[in-house]
Amino acid sequence: MTQAPDLPLWAALLVAFLVLFGASVSLIGTVGLLRLKTFYERMHAPTLGTTVGMASILLASMICFSALQSRIVIHEILIELFVTLTTPVTLMLLSRAALYRDRSEGRERRDKP
Amino acid sequence: MTRWLPHPLLLPALVILWLVLQESLSLGHIVLGTAIALFALRGLAALKPEKVWIRFTSAIPRLTVMVLGDVVRSNIAVGRIILSRQNPRRRSGFIHVPLEMRSRYGLAVLGIIITATPGTLWMQYDSSRGELLVHVLDLVDEDAWIRLLKDRYERLLMEIFE
Repeated sequence: MTQAPDLPLWAALLVAFLVLFGASVSLIGTVGLLRLKTFYERMHAPTLGTTVGMASILLASMICFSALQSRIVIHEILIELFVTLTTPVTLMLLSRAALYRDRSEGRERRDKP
Repeated sequence: MTRWLPHPLLLPALVILWLVLQESLSLGHIVLGTAIALFALRGLAALKPEKVWIRFTSAIPRLTVMVLGDVVRSNIAVGRIILSRQNPRRRSGFIHVPLEMRSRYGLAVLGIIITATPGTLWMQYDSSRGELLVHVLDLVDEDAWIRLLKDRYERLLMEIFE
């Protein structure tokens, strides 16, 4: 990125921290996909990336481009809004498919104590 | 008026969406955005959605702050579960939550809240019995979770939507 040297130091530090933090949180969520045992448990893990992970990367983007262009850039909020509104649709679809499969195979109470 | 604007809140929302997307406040974009929003609303009217009832009370900011805090807190909790060595005593499971809320929009927002907080997953809602099936990653006390969902979210959502 050729504009990178124009970024003031405070913004550069903040942006770097937020990007790394968001990426780490998303990575933890992805590791969860590997480490958790059942399908239902695994579905919890990616939510880390779509909430705090995404929010801090988008915040970094807002700070970065607001500082570079000397005006407030906030259209990243829309990404946040649309991802938050649409993730439940996918997750509900997946969970209902899994429930249907387990019920038809007679394993509904497997996760129950 | 009601024929043209069955959902008065959606028009400004769509216009603001357009302006944020264009990053502009020029008159041209306001006019264009309004035209597009009106066109989109006509399309929506064809779907005949249920009327939205929103009560603008202090419940909205209270719920927003509470959800944001819960999202951060549950992110930390779930991250800790993933990173720590697998604890054989930790168990996940389903809970049945009896809901009193019947507003479809309130239920939709509750669905978004439950899925957006890591650690809880919306599985299925039975509208005839008003019973919601939620999967919880770290299920210690079933009743505590039910109380949490009902007292924290459902009560405020009912203040807003019903």
